[in-house]
Amino acid sequence: MTPLIEVRNLRFRYEDGTLALDGVDFELFPGETVALLGPNGSGKTTFVLHLNGLLSGEGSVSVCGLTVEKKNLAAVRRKIGLLFQDPDEQLFMPTVLEDVAFGPLSQGLGPEQAAAEARAALEQVGMAAAAGRAPYHLSAGEKRRVALAGVLVTRPEILVLDEPTTYLDPPGQRELLRVLAGLPQAKIVVTHDTLFARALAGRAVFFERGRLLASGPVEEITQRFGWAPAPLVALR
Amino acid sequence: MHHAVVDRWSHGHSLLHARDARVKLLVLLVFLVALATARVSALTILAYSFLLAAAIAVARLPVGGVLLRACVVLPFTAVFACLSLLAGEGSRALALAVRSYLSAAAVLVLAGTTPLPEFLRGLESLGAPRFLVLVVQFLYRYLFVISEQAQHMRLAACSRGAARGPLGPDRARFRAASGAVAVLFARSYARAQAIHRAMLARGFEGRIRMLSAPRLTAADWLFLALGILISLAPLAGTP
Repeated sequence: MTPLIEVRNLRFRYEDGTLALDGVDFELFPGETVALLGPNGSGKTTFVLHLNGLLSGEGSVSVCGLTVEKKNLAAVRRKIGLLFQDPDEQLFMPTVLEDVAFGPLSQGLGPEQAAAEARAALEQVGMAAAAGRAPYHLSAGEKRRVALAGVLVTRPEILVLDEPTTYLDPPGQRELLRVLAGLPQAKIVVTHDTLFARALAGRAVFFERGRLLASGPVEEITQRFGWAPAPLVALR
Repeated sequence: MHHAVVDRWSHGHSLLHARDARVKLLVLLVFLVALATARVSALTILAYSFLLAAAIAVARLPVGGVLLRACVVLPFTAVFACLSLLAGEGSRALALAVRSYLSAAAVLVLAGTTPLPEFLRGLESLGAPRFLVLVVQFLYRYLFVISEQAQHMRLAACSRGAARGPLGPDRARFRAASGAVAVLFARSYARAQAIHRAMLARGFEGRIRMLSAPRLTAADWLFLALGILISLAPLAGTP
């Protein structure tokens, strides 16, 4: 099977000299959900920003057979839907409907069609009633779902979710999990929430200091790196 | 988080709230021009005050709140009114003050019945420069986010023993406050970069396209016609 995403020997250094990615190899196959685990600052977010060319380092990244380079960026960004960690950064338009319609409008759809697609996407995440509201007035869970609608509306083949459970209360997390589990796309989930990773992903990879150390079933990886969910009471 | 009061008013429900932003903008424009060109007499002032009072009542806005907030223009007007007064033209000074006060109240009625996003879309479809509209749009979207962040920082400072109240000549407090402003600026800058990334990820290629504005209803057209007529009516009596 040909992978949807293929990353070879990816290296990236920030302007301040920090080596954020140090030779990462990675593959994502159709229908698969992979959890990206690892400590803070291990390079997970930097890594996903390379997948649609928001950052570019040395090495090669290809998405659905397209090399991620300047001439392919528009096409690659259509293939990958990226859900950012902070929904306030993703929801920048004055109303929910306008925000969700941003993607289709940018891709050249007419206003009527873009609005129709946006309404359908809001329906898909159960936020149709919020179309006319301002993003600022939404709860964290609602913002997350609207942001997801803004990503789904352009029908990407791959979803990349950066810490999707941040700011969410347990019912909000369950609701998000339910919506995500029902989506057919292949997914990459950056998370610290090992329970969430176990519920959603079939495979996990572990990042540390810019390197991808291991790949395997979620349970095995969390055990091996001491990330298994343990009752913290036992540590007292 | 405390939303701006006028923003809260604008989400109300009334006949005026329900009108399209474009017709409200046009009526306001005609009203302002009529008010600015009308010869000031007790009768015209009364007529325009009555019109505004009627609009405030229909929109169910708090009368005191509107009247109080309209005072913000007075300091600016006062300078010119004083100059006129010094030149010995008392009636002109009065006319200036009354006109600017009523104009501010009229603008507040529009702002208090039109959510800002709709207002901006109305402005844009009436030909306002798009760049200006976008800047205001982003400002409106992130003003609350940034002010919330500032409030959090203030709470954190207070809970670590910073004194509350206005800044005095105290050097240490001044330094702490300037540090906080610097952090806020750095964070806002980082946020702007993140927002730009989010826009790129969603296919942004340098131009923000908008959804089309809804069609004007019969009620909107009626409001436009009536609004213009009524705004001009007090002029009819003046030569």
